[in-house]
Amino acid sequence: MPLQAIAFYLMAAVTIAAGLGVVSARNPVHSVLFLITAFFSAAGLFVLLGAEFLAMLLVVVYVGAVAVLFLFVVMMLDIDFAALKQGFARYMPIGLVVAGVLVLEMIFVTVSVANGGKAGPGATPQASGVDISNVETIGRVLYTDYAYFFEAAGMVLLVAMIGAIVLTLRHKPGVKRQNIGAQVARGPKTGMTIVDIGSGASVDEGSLNQ
Amino acid sequence: MIGLTHYLVVAAILFTIGVFGIFVNRKNVIVILMSIELILLAVNINLVAFSVYLHDVVGQIFAMFVLTVAAAEAAVGLAILVTFFRNRGDIAVDDANVMKG
Repeated sequence: MPLQAIAFYLMAAVTIAAGLGVVSARNPVHSVLFLITAFFSAAGLFVLLGAEFLAMLLVVVYVGAVAVLFLFVVMMLDIDFAALKQGFARYMPIGLVVAGVLVLEMIFVTVSVANGGKAGPGATPQASGVDISNVETIGRVLYTDYAYFFEAAGMVLLVAMIGAIVLTLRHKPGVKRQNIGAQVARGPKTGMTIVDIGSGASVDEGSLNQ
Repeated sequence: MIGLTHYLVVAAILFTIGVFGIFVNRKNVIVILMSIELILLAVNINLVAFSVYLHDVVGQIFAMFVLTVAAAEAAVGLAILVTFFRNRGDIAVDDANVMKG
């Protein structure tokens, strides 16, 4: 049990420190790297809780896709990040006040809720499967009771994908592209001209393009 | 002994860091999007912690849907950001008044 406590405190400290790094790093590339660290250690917290499937999902989806997407955008856009950092000190006091009030309220509420309900101090974490794993448990519920929600989530992802493509797609004028229809439809009548050249006459542009 | 309260406190602190990040980085929309991701991560930690301590797997299913929506939101948000950058040349959102709303 002490080992579990050490692991929890380590993961929690790394998650919070990385979260602070995300919001306070000067360079957004560092912010993204801190974000990856935060997600990774939060995945560690999920493993400690016994939610292995979500931990793996967090690593694959967030670290593998979302964070890399952020990294692409940060590196692709040529932005003066120093100018964007202005106002940090100006908004710091009000931000600290709001954050302090928020964290105190949330900790009070969550602690009182957690100590009052079924998941109170005596509650034990879900016994990790004697005969059934976390993945199997989720699968059994997800594909039966929540099948329609699952498909709706797929639709959300599809719409987001199409939306992102539509938003960023642009057709540059003046780019030559292959028009396969025109190529296939080209026959001797359209591709070739027979010019009757008189004796002693020459072929000029006008007679070729008739 | 690590209980539910510990996880909830971690999630509360992470949520607050996200809100704080939105406050202090008002110009940099990339960091605002990352702060939103932190907030959603804190929500997920809450859902999973309650799910495990209440012995009800539905919380984890809901966390999965939150994850899905967060991924979709990041994709669309970054696409809007790229389009905005093409039109304006920078991403300072505090003077984003193209639509004169």
